[in-house]
Amino acid sequence: MTDPILQIDAVSKRFTRSPGVLLKGLDRLTGRDSSQTVHAVTDVSLSVPRGEVLGIVGESGCGKSTLGRIVSGIYTPSAGKVTLDGDPVARDSRGNVDKLTTRVQMIHQDPFASLNPRMKVGEIIAEGPRIHGLIPAKDVQSKVRALLEQVGLEGAYANRLPHQFSGGQRQRVAIARALAMQPELLVLDEAVASLDVSIQAQVLNLFMDLRKQLDLTALFISHDLSVVRHVCDRVAIMYLGRVVETAPANQLYEKPLHPYTSALFGSVPTLGTGRARFQPIKGEIPSPINPPKGCAFHPRCPLAGPRCRVEVPRVVNASSERSVACHIQDGGTGAENEAAA
Amino acid sequence: MTVALEVKGLTTQFGTRNGAVTAVNDVSFSVQSGRIMGLVGESGSGKSVTGFSIMGLIDEPGRITDGQVLVQGTNMRDLKPDAQRSMRGRNVAMVFQDPMMTLNPVLRVGDQMAMAVRVHEKVSKSAAWDRAREALEIVGIPAAGERLQAYPHQLSGGMRQRVAIATALLHRPAVIIADEPTTALDVSIQGQILAEVRRLVDETGTAIVWVTHDLAVVSSLADDIAVMYAGRIVESGTAAEVIASPRHPYTRGLIDSVPGLHEPGQKLPQIPGSTPQLANLPSGCPFRPRCPRATEICATQPPHSGTDAHSVLCHHPLEAS
Repeated sequence: MTDPILQIDAVSKRFTRSPGVLLKGLDRLTGRDSSQTVHAVTDVSLSVPRGEVLGIVGESGCGKSTLGRIVSGIYTPSAGKVTLDGDPVARDSRGNVDKLTTRVQMIHQDPFASLNPRMKVGEIIAEGPRIHGLIPAKDVQSKVRALLEQVGLEGAYANRLPHQFSGGQRQRVAIARALAMQPELLVLDEAVASLDVSIQAQVLNLFMDLRKQLDLTALFISHDLSVVRHVCDRVAIMYLGRVVETAPANQLYEKPLHPYTSALFGSVPTLGTGRARFQPIKGEIPSPINPPKGCAFHPRCPLAGPRCRVEVPRVVNASSERSVACHIQDGGTGAENEAAA
Repeated sequence: MTVALEVKGLTTQFGTRNGAVTAVNDVSFSVQSGRIMGLVGESGSGKSVTGFSIMGLIDEPGRITDGQVLVQGTNMRDLKPDAQRSMRGRNVAMVFQDPMMTLNPVLRVGDQMAMAVRVHEKVSKSAAWDRAREALEIVGIPAAGERLQAYPHQLSGGMRQRVAIATALLHRPAVIIADEPTTALDVSIQGQILAEVRRLVDETGTAIVWVTHDLAVVSSLADDIAVMYAGRIVESGTAAEVIASPRHPYTRGLIDSVPGLHEPGQKLPQIPGSTPQLANLPSGCPFRPRCPRATEICATQPPHSGTDAHSVLCHHPLEAS
């Protein structure tokens, strides 16, 4: 394996809501603590080799977007560190984004919200390179043209405003803006989720073409299992802030190891299977403010045993390429002993 | 099997500065009791407006200009507003995409559900609450009695949507129009709701029009499918047939562009161009500029062909298999 370009090392992110003045006073009197902490990301370690597209999959509240934002340097992790090519991604003491973080570019979900409606798309695309001095002023025009053509738009569109474009075209502009910074890593946060199916296919094709041409490395964050299968080399499944399983895409879809992964596959309707008998996962996604003890999935897991209720499962290597955090793969859940006793 | 809902030649227009735009154009279909019809289309295809038109919930500048909406044989459009209102909620109910927008945030779930009962029936408050509790139990909400006391913000998204579905079921309507009811939900919760809805339809015999953009959901939930493009139904038939052997080039393209059916990493077959602006439709078949099979004749209005079980609106439909 080549050297990883992105290394995420035991990263956690907590958000704390401090109580209002009244509650604070009450807390002081009663000795309680009313502050609430959301454990958005807990102890996540991943590495991405150059040229790989890693899919991050999970339901809402699993921390996939928070992880994307930590990697992009938008959030500072509460613990752990992220390195890009060996250099830490972080803000300096004054809160400024380090030069390094320009090497990571993000593409957001909603191209209606991510493009400034008052700027021409040419200005939008050129803004980053101009500020960071990546291209000389005289070359800006031709560079913008080339980028627009690269993402399948006409160079002459540089003088148009975002509202003159359709959703799919806007997402192309957002991709051009990200590419303008010549990033080493792209973070796509649900980049095709808001597009219609026929437009989604166009943008996915564009992404796969660009990936081949430019040898892109990317984090592809999505809740859509079939999209992820199509474009990603490797997939990490997240549940309630933790990565529960990591595997090459083909192996994961063939044989998921974690009960959550298989349950997730079982509850997704797919085309062509006909009237399916769903095997929906029971119960609700627990609150990240007060996550269940032990394995976060145990209240919904059909295979949970006593050990799952108390002990957080370690991430173990199931093979040289796969890892999973589940007691079943690591010495049993304790249910076996219960049955014997 | 009885026909619960029949829509004939429904046309809805919206007045704009540049003249009338036809959002729903001569739409006809029927749904039998105990069946789910998936109304599929991309954004702007008119699928939601069709749902709202059936309910008679079109506001200015929109206007239903033509057609009939027969609920159990009664044409909703012939009725006076008062009579329409008494049908709505009792004979035909609607479930919307975002339950946070449709539930009243300052009323307890039980209060608003009881209100929905008492609008149509003279019963005591406690009897109405009992009915609400039963409805919540039917949609699989645990501890229904306690949930009635909750405010909407205290429930999760999936729970809220179950409340919305339970509210729609209060009067055992013949027809429920469901407008993208699981789009805002997570896949594991969506799976639960789909399984629940299928069971309810089989048990109660309600007919459902399930409006969605998601072909995968429809293929595993619906009995019948109607595909809309630019305000018209371009193909309709049983779900199994339409998905397995689509005859309209648009349906074919739509199914082909779903990533799950292809070898990973391969180029996806894509429909060129983008969805048309309703104000600026090409003459004849609106899909013509994007269609690989288009010829000169496509500049004229395409005819219906095929059978009742699988009908298509196209000059050059694909072979039936």
